[in-house]
Amino acid sequence: MDARRESELAPMKNRTTVERKSEREIVVTRTFNAPARLVFEAWTKPEMFRQWWVPKSTGMSLLSCEMDVRVGGGYRLAFAYGDSQMAFFGTYKEVTPHSRLVWTNEESEGGAVSTVTFEERGGKTLLVYHELYPSKEALDANAGMENAMEETFQQLDELLVTLGAGVGRS
Amino acid sequence: MVQYTQARFDASFAALSDATRRGVLEQLGRADASITDLAEKFRMTLTGIKKHVGVLEQAGLVTTEKIGRVRTCKLGPRRLEEEAAWIERYRQLWGARFDELDKVVEELKQKEKVDGRKKRE
Repeated sequence: MDARRESELAPMKNRTTVERKSEREIVVTRTFNAPARLVFEAWTKPEMFRQWWVPKSTGMSLLSCEMDVRVGGGYRLAFAYGDSQMAFFGTYKEVTPHSRLVWTNEESEGGAVSTVTFEERGGKTLLVYHELYPSKEALDANAGMENAMEETFQQLDELLVTLGAGVGRS
Repeated sequence: MVQYTQARFDASFAALSDATRRGVLEQLGRADASITDLAEKFRMTLTGIKKHVGVLEQAGLVTTEKIGRVRTCKLGPRRLEEEAAWIERYRQLWGARFDELDKVVEELKQKEKVDGRKKRE
């Protein structure tokens, strides 16, 4: 089996990049090997959205997911983490099919305005997810999975142990 | 050595779990400050702020130096590591999310292909 054929059978995952654009902004980019309308569909239909928004590695589970994807429409996501429950909610501010969504995060005062754009290029989609926070402090506090990640220090713990292995040796 | 490293990380997490201490790190990220400056900024007593700075110092996040009667605080050597961990935490979440989204999109793509074939038949 040559290398080309092998890569066709098991396509490489595209890379997710994260960049802190400014004190109040963070930008995540990722390419998907599908047309924009499909990525948009997976983002805006609750039965699909709930399949990917809460990866197992977060230790959280999604209890309910309501999304009324139109300008002025609301969304509400309820999560369970261990014994505690929390909800995230907000309003859609812009909805441009297959290309752009803007929504607010209203569960806390430091909530960001999130914008996601879908740009199709040769059958692939460049997705750019952008969060603008009211202040630098709000972004710092929300890093990771909103405030819920505060409780997942254990995961960070493991990560830092890996990252810090070099420090321990020195 | 692993034990030592673990203890250091535990100290960092404890240090970062408090909003005032995160605020102190933010402040010191902008400029060095004296204990008095910090107490004013965070509207705390000198004793209160000293306790917080002590926790940060133990975690290696802050260093202090007393010159004359003024104790100056600055960010410690561990700051860059924390910053990297912060971004990494974010990247892990979105990386995991988007890998899952990939699967959903792939299913949609396959379904469309099958539907297209059915229509032609």
